[in-house]
Amino acid sequence: MDIYSEIILDHFKNPRNSGRLKSKSVTVVECNPLCGDKITMDLKLDKKEKVEKVGIKTSGCAISQASASMLSGKLIRKSLEQIKKIGNEEIFSMLNIPISPARVKCALLGLAAAKRAAITYQVNNQKNADKKSKRK
Amino acid sequence: MFDAKKLKQDFPILRTKFRGKSLVYLDNASTTQKPKTIIDALKNYYENLNSNIHRGIHSLSEKATIEYENVRARTAKFINAKYTEEIIFTKNTTESINLVANTFGETVVKKNDSIIISALEHHSNLLPWRALAKRKKANLLIIPLKKNYELDMNAYQQLLKKKPKLICVTGMSNVTGTIPNIKKIIQEAHKINARVLIDSAQSVAHQATDVQKLGCDFLTFSAHKMLGPTGVGILYGKKELLEKMPPFLYGGDMVKSVEYKNIVLNGIPWKFEAGTPNIADVIAFGKALEYLTKTGLKNIETHDKKLLRYAKVKFSKYPKVKIYSPENTENSGPVFSFTIEGIHPHDIASVFNEENIAIRSGHHCCQPLMESLNISGTARMSFYFYNTEDDIDRAEKALKHVLKIFK
Repeated sequence: MDIYSEIILDHFKNPRNSGRLKSKSVTVVECNPLCGDKITMDLKLDKKEKVEKVGIKTSGCAISQASASMLSGKLIRKSLEQIKKIGNEEIFSMLNIPISPARVKCALLGLAAAKRAAITYQVNNQKNADKKSKRK
Repeated sequence: MFDAKKLKQDFPILRTKFRGKSLVYLDNASTTQKPKTIIDALKNYYENLNSNIHRGIHSLSEKATIEYENVRARTAKFINAKYTEEIIFTKNTTESINLVANTFGETVVKKNDSIIISALEHHSNLLPWRALAKRKKANLLIIPLKKNYELDMNAYQQLLKKKPKLICVTGMSNVTGTIPNIKKIIQEAHKINARVLIDSAQSVAHQATDVQKLGCDFLTFSAHKMLGPTGVGILYGKKELLEKMPPFLYGGDMVKSVEYKNIVLNGIPWKFEAGTPNIADVIAFGKALEYLTKTGLKNIETHDKKLLRYAKVKFSKYPKVKIYSPENTENSGPVFSFTIEGIHPHDIASVFNEENIAIRSGHHCCQPLMESLNISGTARMSFYFYNTEDDIDRAEKALKHVLKIFK
């Protein structure tokens, strides 16, 4: 089967970094409402604000779930800036299967979640820093 | 003698192959394939007949006009409309419904009035009414679906107590295949002087439609769902209603005379056909009507039901497969949706696609229906007279493949 390679099916049936984190630095929920793909992503950052742990909970099609699982491992030890710079092409290479236009959003859902998690953390951090400086 | 295998040969696209496998087209609810006569008719129009209609003195224009208006007459005959001028050509069913919502609906619906639709409606027969209700501060009421995928007619009777102005219901669901009891819906509506629009996009291709017998006030359908080309929609409306309705689009041809201070509108149907219409495709649509009449709608209906029963028997053998279809095939058209536990409809459709079997997956432009069924989408198979039991056998093979891959 062209699209459902062994690797894709393995990640779909045995998703890596699956489940919510008990302790997390940021949580995002990303969905594709048109087809029902949904991903909840927890990131735990270390003191240097690099990813220490990833927890993902996914529901939806095999491509979105496999892609998120494959990406989750790659996020570990990455900085937020590095995550924000991950391009779509990297995801397509990672998947190494033909992705038709109809499945592009499925393939990129995990990346969208990761990028939003990075931005959300940075925005929240900035807000906290602003609050602290106001109190002073 | 009706022979699906023989008729299949009239459709060039059904002979195309992918990886040595011929196309099994089971997405007829989205659009139907075209026999060579329709494709040739389009080519012939542009090679021999092309001219703008209703305007020219020259022979080409006269011929094109006659051909175009002939199709209008044939369409009227096809659905047994009393008058030819009760047939209006639009772009598609969606535009036909929008036309009624923005002209008839706009004048008749007032604040606190009610419009009834059903839980089965496609977005095209939901959104124009939702927008109208919002504009007029009117109520949009929904006939609910029963667990057997048929409409709750008791609930409908209750909703009629609100004295709605308009009831807009599908003639056949594009998700479950449900054929509501249209005759009863119209009868009950007329008792309280409400008007009824039937969205027949799915049904006209699959069973005989008689608008006089039904008594509907408006009926809408699309050429491309009945062997015709895309870009042609039909609106049937009762003459006395169309005559009173204001125009939808303004422009050339829908007026008799124009001065800056005064215009005289054209009579029906042209009042509702502003600008150059889709001439070539309307003329080609005439060939589709010819083909369907020759094949026989009764034959088509019988064959459709046979395929539906065959497919449902095959697919219900698998415990993980859930089928969304009325139990009684008499109350269903040749469409049904299915889901598989743990496997997303897009993945089902992708595997089918690898076998060169075209099915559709997703919400089918019926998101509120999906919500009421508590799912985000389904895989859907929809048949037509050129499908055979062999096609369904191949679909079953693909189903087995899906179950194997995602075991």
